Amino acid sequence: MIMTGAEIVIRCLQEEKVEYVFGYPGGSVLHIYDELFKQDKVKHILVRHEQAAVHAADGLARSTQKVGVALVTSGPGATNAVTGIATAYMDSIPLVVITGQVPSAYIGQDAFQECDTVGITRPCVKHNFLVRDVKDIASTMKKAFHIASTGRPGPVVVDIPKDITAAKCEFDYPQTIQMRSYNPVVKGHLGQIKKAVELLLKAKRPMIYTGGGVILSDAADQLTRLTRRLGFPICNTLMGLGAYPASDAQFLGMPGMHGTVEANMAMQHSDVLLAIGARFDDRVIGNPDHFGSQPRKIIHIDIDPSSISKRVKVDVPIVGSVPDVLEEMLKLLDAEKSAPDAAALADWWKEIEGWRAKQCMKYKHKKNVIMPQYVIEKLHEVTGGNAIVTSDVGQHQMWAAQYYKFEQPRRWLNSGGLGTMGVGLPYAMGAAFAHPDKQIACVTGEASIQMCIQELSTAKQFRLPIKIICLNNRYLGMVRQWQEMFYGSRYSESYMDSLPDFVKLAEAYGHIGIRVEKPEDVEAALHKAFVEHKDECVFLDFLTDQKANVFPMVAAGKGLSDMILAEDL
Amino acid sequence: MRHIISILLENEAGALSRVAGLFSARAYNIESLTVAPTEDASLSRMTIVTSGSEEVLEQITKQLNKLVDVIKVVDLSEAAHIERELMLIKVRATGKDREEMKRMAEIFRGRIIDVTDSTYVVELTGTGAKLDAFIQAIDAGLILETVRTGVSGIGRGDRILKV
Repeated sequence: MIMTGAEIVIRCLQEEKVEYVFGYPGGSVLHIYDELFKQDKVKHILVRHEQAAVHAADGLARSTQKVGVALVTSGPGATNAVTGIATAYMDSIPLVVITGQVPSAYIGQDAFQECDTVGITRPCVKHNFLVRDVKDIASTMKKAFHIASTGRPGPVVVDIPKDITAAKCEFDYPQTIQMRSYNPVVKGHLGQIKKAVELLLKAKRPMIYTGGGVILSDAADQLTRLTRRLGFPICNTLMGLGAYPASDAQFLGMPGMHGTVEANMAMQHSDVLLAIGARFDDRVIGNPDHFGSQPRKIIHIDIDPSSISKRVKVDVPIVGSVPDVLEEMLKLLDAEKSAPDAAALADWWKEIEGWRAKQCMKYKHKKNVIMPQYVIEKLHEVTGGNAIVTSDVGQHQMWAAQYYKFEQPRRWLNSGGLGTMGVGLPYAMGAAFAHPDKQIACVTGEASIQMCIQELSTAKQFRLPIKIICLNNRYLGMVRQWQEMFYGSRYSESYMDSLPDFVKLAEAYGHIGIRVEKPEDVEAALHKAFVEHKDECVFLDFLTDQKANVFPMVAAGKGLSDMILAEDL
Repeated sequence: MRHIISILLENEAGALSRVAGLFSARAYNIESLTVAPTEDASLSRMTIVTSGSEEVLEQITKQLNKLVDVIKVVDLSEAAHIERELMLIKVRATGKDREEMKRMAEIFRGRIIDVTDSTYVVELTGTGAKLDAFIQAIDAGLILETVRTGVSGIGRGDRILKV
């Protein structure tokens, strides 16, 4: 059938079974918006800022296995989308971002709302395309979805000039795509997997360390079976929380800058470390020289070869899809008659229990002030630990990660790599569309929430029952914490003055706002939000302790075992 | 250490900037970069001269392979290979320098490809070191202009980089 380029774009989205497109119209994408109007299979969600369109698509992708889709116009539409694209890129989130471009003949003429979108986004996409011919739209869209969702996932930008969306051609959507330059490895090398299993069985002080790759590849089931089978301790990074049930005795929590004592000490003192879908990030292992000073063998499973031996030299690299490799490992363990060294493992666990006995997550309650950790603990209770929790970036993000015990994957959405303030509310929107049956909590701070506050309007338009848990300490909390600890308490520009009245603000947007100032009111307020106002968007403004800090803490550049604990101060 | 990396990639608009962008974004060195289509016009062949430790080179190779447009990457300097660079150098050629310059070009097996009553353009091919040596050998005051292509490389014998 002969169709216009715009019609083809929409048909491609339908073929890919895209349910929601988050976007914002403008001159260069008017043909595409006109075609959106004429159909009802693909639903368009009008956001209030292009950055939020990409974040919302990202939130949908993180909370499902699907590719998130955003649609923005040329020029400022595309540049506003860049923060969202870079955020998704750093956390390997599959997205297809369609950007309008000025008509082909105007490209390079400094036309109205022109920018070099392909050039600007090149360093923060997995791949990008500028479509130069209407005949290429269908195959480009197919490639975009294929590249975004396979191998190590990532965002793909498809830039389409306006004249191309008006031109016509025969529409034929390719069912499969072959690219000679792009063939990600899936199966791990069997010889390497065997070596890994032998090493694991000989370990005296083994440790499993998993990251976002386990979540992205939906390998939580395989990971849980393998970990229980081996009886080894395990930790999940900030991006990997929920891959292993937090309530399980083998779970040591999160490692890293704000990780638990037991996770960090077990990482540092292990003799065999099994790293899965993780990348030895600076916020996870601290100083790589200090980390490397401890003799240990490292097995690293990752789908991206460039993640292996990037920051830390690895002994047994395994390139492959995590669930495939873990299944192979389980098979080998079944065939293998020998078991891990029980006596050594018992000694190792004894040592770990010693670290755990420090109870590093304990914090002091205050009589008249709400402790932020307490709000998260109560949030966990009230939601039965089953909510999808999104966060912004800062202290509240760390407290949410530390105190909301995630039992399942894809329940914790945050910007781990880029650390983008403002993602929390749009992530919650994306998750709310994908999971209308689930409780959605956006844990944020009074500073972060203001970076995408305009989306309260989108939440109203689409009646999204998001609960905003604002830990309001009137400070850029994490900045304040660093200034207190490393800059002689000189609080340079970290105090948030002239804050809006969030209750009135929420009401102005048509939502419910509740201010909570006393510890004894926390639980009732949460209950009110999640039970009484179950189907509404509620903004809970918790006035929390201004001096609360996140502990434990490994200062930047320090070794993992060099932790500052709350009790040290 | 100096390495010569050969890359076979899709001859697509923007492919060069993806490679160049990768090197600058990750703070890798580029000493020289040459690129042109191959006998198959849908493919480009690129030669990059870079330097770095073994770890850095491993990352460069992996990161290049990760680019969607890149089909194959080989570190030519890992085994026997040939490298050549072309230089065009315009020199003042008057009086006694005229004969001297002609002699130097012959010694270096260069060719004079443009002649005026006061200048020569000498074409010289060889390793980078040989071109450097020529520049060193002639009177610096006589050099008017130089242009070099950067290194192109190919493996010896059965080492073949092809799709």
